[in-house]
Amino acid sequence: MKPAAFDYVRAESVNEVLEGLSKEGGNARVLAGGQSLMAMLNMRLAKPRLLIDIMRLKELNRIEEQAGVVTIGAGVRQAALLAWPELARTLPLLALALPWVGHVQTRSRGTICGSLAHADPSAEMPLALIALGGEVHLRNARRRRRVAASEFFLGMMATARAEDELIEAVSFPSPGGGCAFREVARRHGDFAIVACAAVATPKGVRLAVGGVADVPMARDWPRLDRSALDDALNGFAYELNARDDVHATARYRRDLVRIIGRDLVREVLQ
Amino acid sequence: MAEAAVQSASSVDQNTAEDRPWVGRSIERVEDAALLTGRGRFIDDLGTPPGTLHAAILRSPHAHADIVSVDAEAARHAPGVAAVLTGEQVKALTSSLVVGVKAPVECWPIAIERVRYVGEPVAVVIASDRARAEDAIELINVEYQPRAAVVDPLAALAADAPVLHDGFPGNLASDRSFSYGNPEQAFAEATHRFSIDIRYPRNSCTPIETYGVIATYDAAENAFDILANFQGPFSIHTVISRALKVPGNRLRLRTPPDSGGSFGVKQGIFPYIVLISAASRAVGRPVKWIEDRLEHLTASVSATNRATTLSVAVTADGKILALDWDQVEDCGAHLRAPEPATLYRMHGNLTGAYDIRHVRVRNRVVVTNKTPTGLNRGFGGPQVYFALERLVQRIAIGLRLDPLDVIKRNLVPADAFPYRTATGALLDSGNYQEAIARAVEHGQLAELRTRRDEARAQGRLYGIGFTAVVEPSVSNMGYITTVLTAAERRKAGPKNGAQATATVALDPVGGVTVHVASVPQGQGHRTVLSQVVADVFGLKPQDVRVNTEIDTAKDAWSIASGNYASRFAAAVAGTAKLAAERIAARLARVAASQLNVESADIVFAGGFVASKHNLENRVAFSRVAALCHWSPGSLPDDAGQTIRETVFWTPPELTPPDDQDRINSSLCHGFIFDFCGVEIDRTTFETRIDRYVTMHDCGTILHPGMVDGQIRGGFTQALGAALCEEYAYAADGSFLTGTLADYLLPTTTEVPEPQIIHMETPSPFTPLGAKGVGEGNCMSTPVCIANAVADALGLADVTLPLVPAKLADLVRGPEPEPPTGQSRAALTREGDRRLRGEGSASVNGAPEQVWTMLLDPQTLQAVIPGCEQVHKVSDTHFRADVTLGIGPVSGRYRADVQLFDLDPPHAVTLRGKAEGALGFGHAEGRITLEPDDRGGTRLRYSYDAAIGGKVASIGGRLLDGATRVIIGQFFAALARHAGGGAPASGFSMFALLSKLASLFGGRR
Repeated sequence: MKPAAFDYVRAESVNEVLEGLSKEGGNARVLAGGQSLMAMLNMRLAKPRLLIDIMRLKELNRIEEQAGVVTIGAGVRQAALLAWPELARTLPLLALALPWVGHVQTRSRGTICGSLAHADPSAEMPLALIALGGEVHLRNARRRRRVAASEFFLGMMATARAEDELIEAVSFPSPGGGCAFREVARRHGDFAIVACAAVATPKGVRLAVGGVADVPMARDWPRLDRSALDDALNGFAYELNARDDVHATARYRRDLVRIIGRDLVREVLQ
Repeated sequence: MAEAAVQSASSVDQNTAEDRPWVGRSIERVEDAALLTGRGRFIDDLGTPPGTLHAAILRSPHAHADIVSVDAEAARHAPGVAAVLTGEQVKALTSSLVVGVKAPVECWPIAIERVRYVGEPVAVVIASDRARAEDAIELINVEYQPRAAVVDPLAALAADAPVLHDGFPGNLASDRSFSYGNPEQAFAEATHRFSIDIRYPRNSCTPIETYGVIATYDAAENAFDILANFQGPFSIHTVISRALKVPGNRLRLRTPPDSGGSFGVKQGIFPYIVLISAASRAVGRPVKWIEDRLEHLTASVSATNRATTLSVAVTADGKILALDWDQVEDCGAHLRAPEPATLYRMHGNLTGAYDIRHVRVRNRVVVTNKTPTGLNRGFGGPQVYFALERLVQRIAIGLRLDPLDVIKRNLVPADAFPYRTATGALLDSGNYQEAIARAVEHGQLAELRTRRDEARAQGRLYGIGFTAVVEPSVSNMGYITTVLTAAERRKAGPKNGAQATATVALDPVGGVTVHVASVPQGQGHRTVLSQVVADVFGLKPQDVRVNTEIDTAKDAWSIASGNYASRFAAAVAGTAKLAAERIAARLARVAASQLNVESADIVFAGGFVASKHNLENRVAFSRVAALCHWSPGSLPDDAGQTIRETVFWTPPELTPPDDQDRINSSLCHGFIFDFCGVEIDRTTFETRIDRYVTMHDCGTILHPGMVDGQIRGGFTQALGAALCEEYAYAADGSFLTGTLADYLLPTTTEVPEPQIIHMETPSPFTPLGAKGVGEGNCMSTPVCIANAVADALGLADVTLPLVPAKLADLVRGPEPEPPTGQSRAALTREGDRRLRGEGSASVNGAPEQVWTMLLDPQTLQAVIPGCEQVHKVSDTHFRADVTLGIGPVSGRYRADVQLFDLDPPHAVTLRGKAEGALGFGHAEGRITLEPDDRGGTRLRYSYDAAIGGKVASIGGRLLDGATRVIIGQFFAALARHAGGGAPASGFSMFALLSKLASLFGGRR
C-alpha cells in the first residue's frame, strides 16, 4: 500500500492550479482533503502523475451568502462548514446531512467540493446538491462555467467536470420550506445503503435518494394523497435499479426508499 | 469452594496500604505510559540492520488456477530491485511446512504451480524500499489457467467438486468418528429428539497492527535471526526451522517489545516468516516485510467456518441424554499448523456446561479455495457453542419450556467438581447454579422480561436470549493428537502438557527482574507479574521490572510458550509465583542466619525481610537479595544461589488422549452465563442491544480492571461476529471484503456497555487459583444475541452475521409489484455477482459501414484511449494492452478478445478477458446492428461480465456502476466520432471488446 510515484505541487495561486490541469489533464488530480483520493493512491487504484494541493489558497477557502444562495469554495472543509454559524439558518439540509459524512476525523480534512468531484454514489454532499438544485462552478485556464446539479453527475465517480477544470466552488440555494434527511448504513459513517433527502418545493416536494443508483436521483411530486404517494415511491424505488451487495439486497434498498421516503415526504409537508 | 463475591469492575486502585496483597487490585498498568503517549515499540518502529531490503508480495487474484508462466524479467530490472522470487525458487531454499494430519500433502508459504485462494503469494519482490518493490510487482506477468473453485465446506465434499490437493481425495483431510457412553441407546430410548443445522461464518479478530518480519540469514553460520511479531505457540518454532532446513538452535526467533493486538491471529505469520527468511537467504541481506491491510484481510488467517448438524436426545422435561455432533470444518486452502486444532480444542468440552453422558461425534476436515485458517480468539468455542446453545433454545421451544429452565436442568451439579466430561475434560471447579442465580438477580432478569412484554404489547420486535458456556483455558499441547487414531498416536509418541516458564532474577543492588515467555499483545502481563512477584517478596510492584520480550537463543522457553488459549493468568503468572517463591525460600534461609531465627519465622513485608514474631528484627530486602552477588561465601552452606531461578511448570492433569479418545483438552474451565435483551427495528431491521448481562467465574481475579478489559474486548469482537463481520466470498472464490469499509468492525458507536458480574471459584489446579478469561465472550455472546434475535422474530434458524437485509428477508412479506409498464427484468437474482446490462446507441453510417469499422483493427490504436501494442492474432482475435479508467481509478490491462457468431452486418458476439494489477475480468457481449430511419445504424448491446482480484475485494460496491459508466462512455464516444463525419475512425470491434472485457479492468 505505497502509492506509485507522483509529483506534488502545493499551488500558490489558482492560476498555478489551472496551468497544471491544463498541462496534465487527466494525469493530474486536485488534492482537496484527500479522504478518498489518498486511499486510492495507496491502493494504487489511482496513479496520477501530478497532485495539485489547493488547500493553501485562501481565495478558495470562503463561504459566502448572497441573495439566498450560499457559495462554498473548493478549500472549505466539511468540518468548517458544519461549524459555520449560519448553516442551520441558510442550509438546514446540510446541517442535517453533514454529520453523516464519514467521521469527525475525516470531516476535519475532507472538503465539500472534493466530495462532489469524487462523486461517490453513496456520498451525502452530491445528494444534498441534487436535492437543493445547486450549481457547480467550474473553471479552466480560459473560462468559467456553471453546471446545474442535475447535469453534473454523469455516473459512478463520473462528472461533467472536464479534465482541465477545477471545481472552484459550489452554490446551494437556501430552500424556502422544510427539509429532512435520513440515512441507513451498516455502521455510522459507513457508505450509505440508502440516504434520502426531502425538500419542500412551491408545488409540493422533492425527494432525492443516494446510495442506490449510480448517481443521486431526485423526483418532484405535487402534494399526493397516501396511496398516490405510495405508488410514486414504489415507482421511484424500482427506477433506481438497486443491486445486491455484501451489505444489503436490492429489495432491502427498495423497501427503505419506500418507507423512509414516505416518512420524509410527510415530515416536510407537515 | 464457591466462595463468591459479586464485585464490580473498578477503576485504578491507588490504595497503597501494604497490609493486603497486590494481587486482586486494579493497579495502574506499567504498559500504559508508553502506549498512551506514542512510545510503544512495535516492529515497524524498530530500526533495521544496515543494508536491509524490503519485500512486497504479488498475490493471486484467482481462487483456483494453474500458474502457466511467470515472467518477472522486467521486474528484475526495475530500479532498486534486488531479486524476484517465485514458488520454484522458494521451494529450492525450503522444505514443505508440516501438515497436521497424515496425508501426502505439501504446504508451502508461496504457490507452487497452482494457486488455491485469492491472495496466495505468487512472487516476492525484494527491493531497496517498499514502494519500489510494489512498482516492480506491477511489472510481473503471470499467466493463469483458471480452475473451478469451491468455497462451501459441504459442496467441497460433493463427488464432482473440484479437488484442491490430490493428497486429500474429495477435499477431505480428516474424517474421525467417536463414541462416548452409549449414544445409540440414548437416542433410541429418548422420548424427544431435536436437531439443528448450523453454518458458522468466517471471520477474524483483526488486530490493528498487521504482520511484520525482519529476517537476517547468516551465511557464515548457516543460521537465521528473525524478529517477528509472532505470538506463539512456540511449537511453531520447530515448524519454521524445519521449513528453513536448519536445526532449531540455528533459528533465533525474537519478538518486539510491543505488539499491537493479535487475538490468535499472529500465530498465522509463520508462513511469512519462512518466506521472508528464504528471501533473506536468497539475497544475502536482511529483508523486512510489513503486511498491509489489504493483505491482512485477504490472506493472513481466518477463523474456521463450520457446517454442523447437532442432534439431541432429550426427556420430556428437558433433560439432555445424548448429543450427536456432525461437524464439517473448513480450514481453507491449506491445512497449516496447528490445524485442525480449531476443531479439537473443544473436544473435551462438547457437552458445554452440561452433565451429558452419551456423545457421538463425527469430525470431518475439508479444504476449500479460501484463505487458510489459524488461531483466533475463541478458537473453536464460537462454532461449538453456537450449535449447542441454539439447540438448547430449540429444545425449550419444542417442549414448551423456558430456555433458562432447560439450561438449569442440565448443568453439571455443584458438588460434582472436579467433573470428568463424557469426552474427557476435567472441569476443575465451579458452581454454575449459584452463578446463574446471582446473574439473574443482579442482572434483573425479571425486569427484563417485563420490558420484553411491554415492548411486544406495543408491537415492537423484542427478544431475550440466554447462554451458558464453559470457557476452557490453558490448552493441553496433546489435544490435537485426538485427530489421530490411538494406534497412530502410539506410533508418534505421546504429546501432552502445557509447559510454562518463568525466570526471576535478583541484581547486585537487590532489584528484581522477571522474564516470561508469554508474548503479550497489550494485555498487561507485565503489570500482573509485578503484582504477583511483589507479593512474594514483600515489595511494591514498581520494584519489580518485567520483561516479556522473547529471544529463543537466550531465554527459557518451550513449545507451549506464547500468548494463546488464555494461559497467562492460570499458567504463566502462577509459574512466576513459583519461581519467586523458590528464591524467597533461599533468601529466607539467608536472612534467618543473619537474624538468628528459623527460616520458618521469616516474613517478606514492606521491603524488608523480618522475623514474624519480632518485626523490628529485620534486614532490608535489597541487602539480602544482593548478598549472593557480593559475598557468596557469606551464604549458609545449604542455601544455594539466590541470583536467578527459572521454573518450568506443567500441570499433571494434562495427559494425552486415552485409548478411548477421551482428552482433557484444557486445564481450567471458567463459567459464563449471559443473557440479553435486543430489539429489532421494524424499518431497518437493525439489531439493537437493549441490555447485555455477562456473569463470569474465572477463578481468582488477579487484576479486576484487566479482567473486565478482557471481557469488554471479547464482547466487542463477539458483537462484531454476531452483527457485522464476515469474510465474504463469491461463489467463484473472489474475496469480497478486502477493506474495513466492507469488513465491518464494531466501533465505539456500535458497542453497548455490558453489565459484568463476577464470582470467584478458584481453580485447584493452578498456583494462583486463576483461570483464563480472555475468550469466553467470543464463545457465549454470538449465540446469546442470536437466541435473542430468534426470540424477537420467532425464527427457527438464525445465521450470522445478523445483516439487517438478511433478517428483513426472513420476516417481510412479498414486495409491492413494480408499477405497470415497469419490468422486473433488469433485476438481478439474489446473490448473483455477475454484472449484466444492456443499452443502445445511434451511429451515423449504414450497418455495412459500421460493420467494417468493427472488424478493422487498423484504427484501434488511434481511437482507443490508452491502447497500445495491438496485436492481431487473426481476423477475429486480438490482443492489446489497454488503460481503462473511471474517475481517478485507472489501470493497465492485457486484453484478449475474440469474435464469435459473426452475422455480417447484423450481429456479433464478443468474448474477452483482461488481466492487470487491479484484477481480472471476463465478459461476453452481443452487439446487433440495425439500420435506423435516418440512414444511420442503431446499435444494441448486452453484456455479462464478472470481475475478480483486487477491484472486487476493495471496490465491490462500485463495480456494477463502473461497468455501466465505461460502456456508456464508449458508446457516447462512438456516437460522437460517427456523428463528426468520420465514423470509420470512431469505433471498432476491438474498442468495444476492450471496454466490455476490461471494465475497471475488464473481463470476458
